[in-house]
Amino acid sequence: MTTTEAPATAGAPPGADRQPPTPRRRRGPAVSQWAAVGFAAPLLVYLILFYVYPLWRNIDLSVHDYTIRAFVQGNAEFVGFEKYAEVFSSSTFPTALWNTAVFTVVSIVFQYAIGLALAVFFRSGFRLSGLLRAMFLVPWLLPLIVSASTWSWMLNSDNGIVNSVLAAFGAEQINWLTSPDTALLSVTIANIWLGIPFNLVILYSGLQNIPGEVYEAASLDGAGPWKQFWSITFPLLRPVSAITLLLGLIYTLKVVDVIWIMTTGGPGDASTTLAIWSYREAFGTGQPDFSPAAAVGNLLILIALVFGFLHLQLQRRQEDS
Amino acid sequence: MTGRRLAQKPWWKTALGLVLTAFMLFPVYWMVNVSLTQTSDLRSDPPHWFPLHPTFEGYTAVFQQQLPALGTSLLVGLGCVALTVVIAAPAGYALALLNLRGGRTLNFLLLVAQMIPAVVMAMGFYAVYNSLGLLNTVGGLIIADSTVAVPFGVLLYTAFMSGIPRELLQAARVDGAGAWRTFRSVVLPVSRNSTLTVSLFAFLWAWSDFIFASTLNRNGELIPITLGIYNYIGNNTTQWNAIMATAVVASVPAAILLVVAQRYVAAGVTAGAVKD
Repeated sequence: MTTTEAPATAGAPPGADRQPPTPRRRRGPAVSQWAAVGFAAPLLVYLILFYVYPLWRNIDLSVHDYTIRAFVQGNAEFVGFEKYAEVFSSSTFPTALWNTAVFTVVSIVFQYAIGLALAVFFRSGFRLSGLLRAMFLVPWLLPLIVSASTWSWMLNSDNGIVNSVLAAFGAEQINWLTSPDTALLSVTIANIWLGIPFNLVILYSGLQNIPGEVYEAASLDGAGPWKQFWSITFPLLRPVSAITLLLGLIYTLKVVDVIWIMTTGGPGDASTTLAIWSYREAFGTGQPDFSPAAAVGNLLILIALVFGFLHLQLQRRQEDS
Repeated sequence: MTGRRLAQKPWWKTALGLVLTAFMLFPVYWMVNVSLTQTSDLRSDPPHWFPLHPTFEGYTAVFQQQLPALGTSLLVGLGCVALTVVIAAPAGYALALLNLRGGRTLNFLLLVAQMIPAVVMAMGFYAVYNSLGLLNTVGGLIIADSTVAVPFGVLLYTAFMSGIPRELLQAARVDGAGAWRTFRSVVLPVSRNSTLTVSLFAFLWAWSDFIFASTLNRNGELIPITLGIYNYIGNNTTQWNAIMATAVVASVPAAILLVVAQRYVAAGVTAGAVKD
């Protein structure tokens, strides 16, 4: 849609209207195929070197027993799926899976609902609406470490602004990031905040594709804004909504930065998701344990791919219709 | 016409919009506020809502300690932009205009590539770089960071270039231009906006990256600013004004891009998500 501004008619070349050149087949398909391959070659080489190879190494890590020493010497013992079995039987596994589900579902539901409400609000158009809508992009553009550390300080138990405001209403001090009861909630709140701009932008552009006449007709029929939303906006937006939610899901499954910076997955495993678990095993402790980390990572890829294919399926169906 | 319509728009919507924006951007305000707070006031209860006695201690610390990190981030960002455009633009051309055989499969692979979690890529890269001696190098970090931007870039270029009128290309061919000259003197100039969008995102992602920096580059001599902030948090948890000052400085590119190139930002966010 707006990805690309209408392919600039900019400077239709002087010779454009010379004569409608008849499709020429002088250059055989073989020749132009060489050109095509030549232009795509850097990408192909790139994908093999920097996608396929690292991912292959990752699988390799997960089926060997890579201790630090074996990592350096490169003589790790082949253990098959033993590391996967270890992961599944680990006491962290059910916690991490549950946390991943809660973090992901709660995040995308709220991001979507708030994003949609804001999109409808901004769609109605008012003075400054364009400017304010642009301001809403800010959280999305900031480096994650910036937002995450700001949230950490805001949620600080003793000196945070959030507790200070709550105290003004007579609430008890809440140990947002250090209590196992609220750690996951805290990182989820921060993540919802981060995701609102993305949802707002996509849903807003989806709304703009709904022709205005539909609404005019509805308001002639006496439908109020609430009715209009549920009988027009929401149903017509369904394809865009589905894709927004799925993309949100795929992105949220991958989240490491926010959680790691705010709680490092703690206290204990209270805010450990699968992605955090993988990161912690490999890089988060003094003793890297790459094999289980890689196993968890590959598991995560599988989950992401399931939803990824669902996304592609939906998108294809939408293109066909 | 528009003037009259605007005049009818109720003022309360603007007011509500302002309140919502203020609420949404409160953390950003708070970051700026804390960055200007005196160290002695950081732990006052209740916290100071406004920087009535602003101090630039935090910012002085940033420029004394974090300048190399800012330089590294700039270098990594620009390197990532160059690598991404060099790979993505020709690939987009091949996919969109040269009827590359297997193009659909490649497109599909790129979509799948975007779904792979960065933490998994980080582990793979760690293993590869470990054997190649690329750990803790700026070049290695540029390559790793570019893996986020390259699939996005190719898809964006492909989408745009598919819309270039065929007559334009045929005219070039009539004038005797081969595939390379057509690419350089017709396709690339026409795709300038896509190049801007791709560059903008490649830069921003590389600048903001934490995962790759914290795994592939953590013992490097040249660390990017994100890692600078992270180490700061780890080392002295008392000086939140300095941490927040660093955060403010690290946000500057995002702020500049938002002001200068807002429409490319929106274009990039929707790219890939919704097509019509």
